[in-house]
Amino acid sequence: MSTTTTRGVAKNPAPAKVSKDRPRRGLRANSTFNFWLFTGPFLIGLVIFVFVPIGWSVWLSFFEARFTVTPSQFVGFENYAAILQDEDFRNSLVTFTVFAAFIVPATWALSLGLALLVNRLRFMRAFARSVFFLPTAVSYVAASLIWKMSIFNGVRFGLANTVLSWFGVENIAWLSSPDPPWYWLVIVTVRLWLQSGFYMILFIAALQNIPRELYEAASLDGAKPGWQTFRHITLPQLRATSTAVILLLLVAAYQAFDEFFNLLPKATWGQPPLVELYKMALGENQNYGAGSAGAVVLTLLICAVTLLQGKIMGFGRGEESK
Amino acid sequence: MTITAPDIDKAAKPVKVKRGGVIGNTGLYIATGVATVLFLIPFYLIVRNALMTDPEITGEEWKWFPTSIQWGNITEPFDDVTVDFARSLWNSVVVAVLHTAGILLICSMAGYGLARIPYRHANKVFYAVLATLMVPTAVTFVPSFVLVSSLGWVDSYRGLIIPGLFSGFTCFLFRQYFLGFPKELEEAARVDGLGYWGAYWRVVVPNSLNFFAAIATITFINGWNAFLWPLVIGQDPSAWTVQVALSSYMTNQTVNYHLIFMATAISILPLIFVFLFLQRWLVQGIAQTGIKG
Repeated sequence: MSTTTTRGVAKNPAPAKVSKDRPRRGLRANSTFNFWLFTGPFLIGLVIFVFVPIGWSVWLSFFEARFTVTPSQFVGFENYAAILQDEDFRNSLVTFTVFAAFIVPATWALSLGLALLVNRLRFMRAFARSVFFLPTAVSYVAASLIWKMSIFNGVRFGLANTVLSWFGVENIAWLSSPDPPWYWLVIVTVRLWLQSGFYMILFIAALQNIPRELYEAASLDGAKPGWQTFRHITLPQLRATSTAVILLLLVAAYQAFDEFFNLLPKATWGQPPLVELYKMALGENQNYGAGSAGAVVLTLLICAVTLLQGKIMGFGRGEESK
Repeated sequence: MTITAPDIDKAAKPVKVKRGGVIGNTGLYIATGVATVLFLIPFYLIVRNALMTDPEITGEEWKWFPTSIQWGNITEPFDDVTVDFARSLWNSVVVAVLHTAGILLICSMAGYGLARIPYRHANKVFYAVLATLMVPTAVTFVPSFVLVSSLGWVDSYRGLIIPGLFSGFTCFLFRQYFLGFPKELEEAARVDGLGYWGAYWRVVVPNSLNFFAAIATITFINGWNAFLWPLVIGQDPSAWTVQVALSSYMTNQTVNYHLIFMATAISILPLIFVFLFLQRWLVQGIAQTGIKG
């Protein structure tokens, strides 16, 4: 995940000790053969299942293709025009933006908070870490099911409404209406629960790599432990990890599908881009042309966001944790 | 073995920085306690609902524990005629196991080739692999589906497993790992007359089992929990994985709470086991690579 990784592919010298008693060309042919022997199966698959679909979808996006994956008629940029004018598709981009604005900072803060917490514990340390990490093993589908059927089910016997009723609050229909948008609370908490522990592990690893001397020096200089050292030592030292985490969270949010699909199956609102694509290509219309155009647009968007964010946040500039 | 992962279990070294004293420590443990309980609530709810009767779950008054534990609920998902739960469970086992085995084999070899075998165009090949990392696989599910359906692989294990085996990212992780693998070991193998193939299987792989275990754990969890691709490929209920089956419960006409939660519990159980036994490798793997999926 960093820019320092592109070194050292071709520079690895051929194993010199062995090459002495063999003709040079033989060795090169030998290593070329071996290179393809090792990488061939992967590369063939990569071409067939990654490059070909992408290429095919770019091609298909210029054609009329409904109910069939063989294009019937060239339509130029019509699919693109249609998809960009499609209100559902544009709304899905808004949904993604709102979602990312909630989930990225929230997960960042919670996972960092949990890491700081676990890192300071003397007792129950492994236990607490395991508990926070355990949701990583649960699928989005299962978690959505718990959230939808047992916590936020909108009727009397849901846990959230039960707890609220102790304080005299009326039942809230969490998922059935976009106004007020309670569904965001459900969607964001599901993902927070599922992924915070994973990013917590990254932060714990990074925290343990901060040199102790920095804290000692700061303490000698009179910095108060707590907020001051956190603000001026911990946070700057976590910069590279934070950047990586934010980028990963953003890409993950962009691909959100499972929880929206399962929590809001019939809603026309609050649908992220991938759900719209799913409906377009695999729904009633099976419009593969428009679906492909949508996939191309989303791919370009995510590439742009990734590159831009990498540039702004100096991704890979600080290498502290690896 | 050859990996020196940050030791995450080790408590922060007692630095001579003033802690908050008794009050601060109490606060720390209260916060931990509250957070722990909050994180465990969903697990508790699964178990509670799975072992209750429906009238108890939907009853007027909230019950924290079932009046009598309904062990009979365990078989109910398997007796249900609307969804073939046993079949979906088996499909998930097949898919997750073959997915993991396939990825480990194919991506590790490719990673080794890219890291260690000199070849004139290796750089170009590596850039082609890197380029695929820019495009998230989920975004390209439409074109992938188009391809797989024209191969006639819809509703088949082939369609569920094979397209996911060529993970540029896993290959990249293996390459990074092998770049740091001690060269001396391979050179020793070379002196003993082994070629790349022999050195890889007899020396490199046996000395990298920790890393393989880490990748295997992450890959297995992702394979078991995958939803979008199995949903797209599993058009026919006989090809559903357990995640698709769970999802279908939520949209069924009749809702049978205890059955649904028992099914959820059963679907999570294998992963909890994998997780608890392999957590060490999983944590090391994440700390080293920083990534899942």
